[in-house]
Amino acid sequence: MKKSALIAAVSAIAMASLLAACTGGGGGTDTAKPTNCTNKITKTDAPVVSVWGWYPNMDKVVENFNSGHDDVQVCWTNAGQGGDEYDKFQTAVSAGKGAPDVVMLEADRVANFVIQGALVDISKYGVDAVKDNFSAGAWKDVSVGDAVYAAPVDGGPMAMIYRSDVFAKYGITTPPTTWAEYQEDAQKVKDAGGPLFGDLGANVPAVMMALEIQKGATPFEYDPTSPKDVTVKADDQDSKDVLDYWAGLVKNGLVGTQDQFTPDYISGVVGGDYATYISAAWAPGYLSGAGVGQGDDAGKFAVAPLPQWDAANPVSVNWGGSAFAVTSQAKDPKLAAEVALGIYADPASLKDGWENQIIFPLNQGVLKSDEFINAQVAFFNGQTANKDIYIPAENAYKGFTYSPFQAYYYAQLQEVLTKINGGEISGSDAATELQKALVAYAKDQGFTVKE
Amino acid sequence: MTADAVAVSPRPTTKGRAAPLTPGQRKARRRHSITGWLFITPFAVVFVVFLVAPLLYALYLSLFTKGLATGTTFTLFANYVKAFTDPQFLSGVWFVIRFSIVLIPVQMIVSLAAALVLDAVTTRFARFSRLMIFLPYAVPAVIGALMWGFLYSPSFGPLDQIFSLFGAHAPFLLDKDHVFGGLMNVVTWQWAGYYMIIIYAALQGIDPSLYEAAKIDGANAWQVATRIKIPLVTNALLLILVFALIGTLQFFSEPQVLRPIANGSITPDFTPNIYAYSQAFSYASFNYASAISFSLGIVVFICVYIFLFLTRKRGSFLS
Repeated sequence: MKKSALIAAVSAIAMASLLAACTGGGGGTDTAKPTNCTNKITKTDAPVVSVWGWYPNMDKVVENFNSGHDDVQVCWTNAGQGGDEYDKFQTAVSAGKGAPDVVMLEADRVANFVIQGALVDISKYGVDAVKDNFSAGAWKDVSVGDAVYAAPVDGGPMAMIYRSDVFAKYGITTPPTTWAEYQEDAQKVKDAGGPLFGDLGANVPAVMMALEIQKGATPFEYDPTSPKDVTVKADDQDSKDVLDYWAGLVKNGLVGTQDQFTPDYISGVVGGDYATYISAAWAPGYLSGAGVGQGDDAGKFAVAPLPQWDAANPVSVNWGGSAFAVTSQAKDPKLAAEVALGIYADPASLKDGWENQIIFPLNQGVLKSDEFINAQVAFFNGQTANKDIYIPAENAYKGFTYSPFQAYYYAQLQEVLTKINGGEISGSDAATELQKALVAYAKDQGFTVKE
Repeated sequence: MTADAVAVSPRPTTKGRAAPLTPGQRKARRRHSITGWLFITPFAVVFVVFLVAPLLYALYLSLFTKGLATGTTFTLFANYVKAFTDPQFLSGVWFVIRFSIVLIPVQMIVSLAAALVLDAVTTRFARFSRLMIFLPYAVPAVIGALMWGFLYSPSFGPLDQIFSLFGAHAPFLLDKDHVFGGLMNVVTWQWAGYYMIIIYAALQGIDPSLYEAAKIDGANAWQVATRIKIPLVTNALLLILVFALIGTLQFFSEPQVLRPIANGSITPDFTPNIYAYSQAFSYASFNYASAISFSLGIVVFICVYIFLFLTRKRGSFLS
């Protein structure tokens, strides 16, 4: 009997210590430095700030920052691109721990996290010193009133990337300048037995939002100074028109219905299955990173301004572009703000970014440099894309208003786009359904909703 | 096992209930019960920490409502009322029920057929086949789903290459019209091997003299299978059914992994578990997600209860 008691006691203790080991790993003490960095920190005496980011050249950016600073070092983790990272950050915000000190965000998510108190106002932590480096519009996208919630890095002026070989083969001498021409050209290519003209990817709802806004839609009106009031107009006539337009393209088999950034989509882009790609200035970097525009495909891409609804009154829109925000879980917000404002702000990092077309920099020093303006972009076969297309587009961009529940909006928009792609509903019905879902959700979340 | 018996047995066998215990007896009894508790402790700690505590915490969370604009308020069962009137949750529940109704018989037929064949054949090839059919179970569900994602891919998968030999395009088995069958195929092979092993083990336990008796009576192999083997492994089949029912109602891993390549046909409310996941980790509604999880638990409990009630006379392992 004694022996069995001993065995039981020993195994109980073993189990308890095992459990302790399990819990000990995750927590740690407040003074401990983050240890699971992707990069190696050589200046071990300096305080460390943890950063989440997904720029493809983030390793170089972090190294540039760390070698240029002795007072602080960055511990970088890639927590996923876009939505994956936001889900993780959202969970950490809800849990009240586990968030990094500095997080990479797109401007459209700022309001969503500010309303949860997840971000720190960095306007007192050195924003003034770099204020002139960015345009007023760039600051506006990351600010709420006088409070600044992130340090801008890059923007996403949209344009139409196209395959010059496909255009030449089917006799399209000038790229379409209006959406009506876009449809005509698409029909022309289809009638001649050519490839799809474009793609309506349901998993990039931000593109559809931008295209709706281009026609004059204002899906949301939201003033963060009265955070409980929101106006939702996802079913105004302009939104319906744009959705109907794309639903028509899908119905007539003029554009594909493939989700973007998937292996199947990329292989289609490589194979010339899509004549155009409506996308942002940072897209070529991601495409060439995935193997597009190399080998046989080299030099076959070109870029033209985004088609317009009214050629006389062109409207410029934006997709993506990111900023670094300081989270409210940062132990030393001042130090974290120094990192947020300083990382990806040095000339070497910026140059690496724009030369590889991973970013369209918002830093005025770069935007106004001859080198950037006159760059002949290899992906576009030597076209001076910055000067001709992207800089004018960026300069004409007026900024969007995003909702405080952007994550939910995108998920619902994605769902109705999937239905459009499946031929289940018309564009107008999609807008109506979306509006209904958004209003119900907003009310449920305690907002006062105006329609 | 013996420790449990030790822990509960030391009831003094003396006749008088009120007979006072000697100090020695009392001490021995206390020692007995301590020993018992110690033996239970390792399991109890894990059980409480990883099952009971999270369950209670989820229950606690589900009684509150958090709005982005309102903050957290105590709302008692409002989340449950919302869940059971939420068309997205209900359509997910309806999907997994339909899925179970089709999937479970298919899975059972496949695994039963495989087990019967492997039991009847005793060559080296049978041993190899047994390993091969079990292998998919040894592959983690996530890896398995990723591999199927490749097999289904319209640009890389072998399916399209086979179809292109005949000048046709393979259907994309994860699009809206085919996703039901596409996922069923994935899950069937994922679990068939495991169920096969359970049935096979039950078959091995049958007394061979029964087969001899059947042979003498003139039964052929088919009759032996249907009249002797299948009735004798009913308990194993029932066990599998309960496993499969619970597992399928909680369907999550495969559709979640295949979601990014399914071109939108696997929605955030595809199954109740995916819906709970989306609510919690994309929309920050942990409270509602907890309520959905609990509601799903209630649905699973009701389904399993109905099932066990209907089969209560035939099976003995749970009655």
